Amino acid sequence: MTAAPVEVKEPEIEDVVVADRPWIVIVWNDPINLMSYVTFVLQKLFGYSLEKATKLMLDVHEKGKAVVSSGPREKAELDVFRLHEHGLWATMEHDS
Amino acid sequence: MRRRVKRTRSGGFELRIPVDERELLRTLGPQLREVLLRDAASAQEGGDTAVGRLFPVAYPTDEDRQTEYRLLVHDELLSSHLGALAVLEETADADHLDEDQLLAWMRALNHVRLVLGTRLDITEDGDERPADPRDPRTSAFAVYDYLTYLQGEIIDALSG
Repeated sequence: MTAAPVEVKEPEIEDVVVADRPWIVIVWNDPINLMSYVTFVLQKLFGYSLEKATKLMLDVHEKGKAVVSSGPREKAELDVFRLHEHGLWATMEHDS
Repeated sequence: MRRRVKRTRSGGFELRIPVDERELLRTLGPQLREVLLRDAASAQEGGDTAVGRLFPVAYPTDEDRQTEYRLLVHDELLSSHLGALAVLEETADADHLDEDQLLAWMRALNHVRLVLGTRLDITEDGDERPADPRDPRTSAFAVYDYLTYLQGEIIDALSG
């Protein structure tokens, strides 16, 4: 067997910049999860103080969403997964 | 009303749940498992389906990454949901739970609330409760309200 010639594509500068931009994890408002539950989950998953978790929960409730964590893609995906394990409506996107 | 869940000095939790409520809790496991297993494969993720609410989309604006993410985590998320449910079923008659078990109850009950609440079209601005007690949704609302109450008790005990 012959290996196919490998084409090495140099990463474009733009790609690198995009890859380095942090990801943010957003929790969206929903009518079912209790406010006390959202606060508790944010404290438990991220180690936030009651005060910080309550502020984020109120942002979710009143503004419709809140950024609850940020970081590299792998970390953001893990955070989203843990939020989904708890039934919170979480998504992730590049910080803009 | 008497507290249903109380933290004990040894760090565990005492459950004071009446027999009829235990019976209701025992019916939840098989129901939710059926929903999870039947719909998980075919569910329109993040769609309006009740089970879609348990498998939300991580990348709403990036179809390729979402497909990749789903392949990576879907089975793990499903088994995590099923694992919490299994704890609830195994300990439905228990008088004492440790913290991990109570956390599993909290998640499993919340999953049931999400499925029921989505089906009942729960909103923040007050729900359309059926006036006729014979309406099949009347009992579903009763279960939903009970689970909301019990969920609150669990969170109070865990936070206290």
